[in-house]
Amino acid sequence: MAPAPADSTVLQIRSSDDVVLIRQQVRARAAEAGLGLVDQTKIITAASELARNTLDYGGGGTMAMTMVNDGLRRGIRLVFDDKGPGIADIQQALRDGYTTGNGLGLGLGGAKRLCNEFAIESTVGVGTRITIARWK
Amino acid sequence: MARANTLLSQTVSDNEAVILDEWMQRLRQAGADQGGRINAAELQTQGRDFLSILKRTLGESSDVTGAAFEPLRELLADISRSRAIQGYSPRETALFVFSLKQALFAAVARRKDFSAEQLAQATWEASTMLDELGLHTMDVYQRSREEVIVRQQREIAELSTPVVKLWDGILALPLIGTLDSERTQVVMENLLQSIVDSGADFAIIDITGVPTVDTLTAQHLLKTIAAARLMGADCIISGIRPQIAQTMVHLGVELNVISKATLADAFALALKRLNKTVVTAKTPQAADSKAAG
Repeated sequence: MAPAPADSTVLQIRSSDDVVLIRQQVRARAAEAGLGLVDQTKIITAASELARNTLDYGGGGTMAMTMVNDGLRRGIRLVFDDKGPGIADIQQALRDGYTTGNGLGLGLGGAKRLCNEFAIESTVGVGTRITIARWK
Repeated sequence: MARANTLLSQTVSDNEAVILDEWMQRLRQAGADQGGRINAAELQTQGRDFLSILKRTLGESSDVTGAAFEPLRELLADISRSRAIQGYSPRETALFVFSLKQALFAAVARRKDFSAEQLAQATWEASTMLDELGLHTMDVYQRSREEVIVRQQREIAELSTPVVKLWDGILALPLIGTLDSERTQVVMENLLQSIVDSGADFAIIDITGVPTVDTLTAQHLLKTIAAARLMGADCIISGIRPQIAQTMVHLGVELNVISKATLADAFALALKRLNKTVVTAKTPQAADSKAAG
């Protein structure tokens, strides 16, 4: 897996307090990127879901946060990395209502619907990397 | 050990005033009295007390962790604790002890009657003693800061989950901040207990103060609502802001419960369900008091 870009902020995800911190950091960055209130709330909620997944299912990991510029568009890209058990069946994991824990089973699919870009790379036994982005 | 101890003890008692002066000068240079949190006189008193106890203690023992050093450790703990509460940084707190090192070394070095071996031994002894005391200072500092944090956490947990009685049979639960699992537990217990105590028919859960509603928050809410329903109370959710409503739709979360935009609307609905209405008073007294108000 490619290393995160140099200008990104990397945050550790080790406890539920870190999830709170991530929400705050993403909120600050999303506001900086000029995202509207609705877009901010969407990316924050998606980040919250994925950070909690990283913690609960991946056994902790990191989140890298980058501002992205694509011509006129500005946005924010988040990369969640963990070295957990990985996801065997990504399609199944994305299905609403499916969970291996005791949550609602909506987090991963919901996060996908809340973002403009969504990509999962996962190898069983190696780890999972989820990249999301939200454009202005 | 005992010999070096005498050397140090001698040095301190012969040069107490000089050491204190030099120590205070070092502290001032390092900016210990800046920011107005402690004045020079107070610093001087703390330094003098420390040195006089040190002088006495060194005459008895050299074991920093032993009983003889207890008064000195107590004094340091007091100083450290008060600084932690005043908001000093760890560096500023540790500086108090560590800046004595230079003053003490200088005093030892000035002793013409010490042999080279004695000098080295006294310096080493002073160094290990002050390191140990410095670590003790940081220990107490860290503990005091943790106590402050734990107390604040407890205050926040209690403060942020009040259940308010709006009317006979109508309770409101204004939620503020993050709904992590620990707080949700407190919230749920408080609400259910209040429902039992007041025999309420309606519980209004207001989430105006919740910045983010993700699936975990939604799940906590759903569980709270289901539990309240089992206790015989209907829940109304209020204060879902537009951006949160959109986000919840995208997430696919459904709260199968009546919801209203504001707490006022939810209250009005609950009153209506209880066959109560709010009317404008028409009596002259009410009009008078209104005018006066």
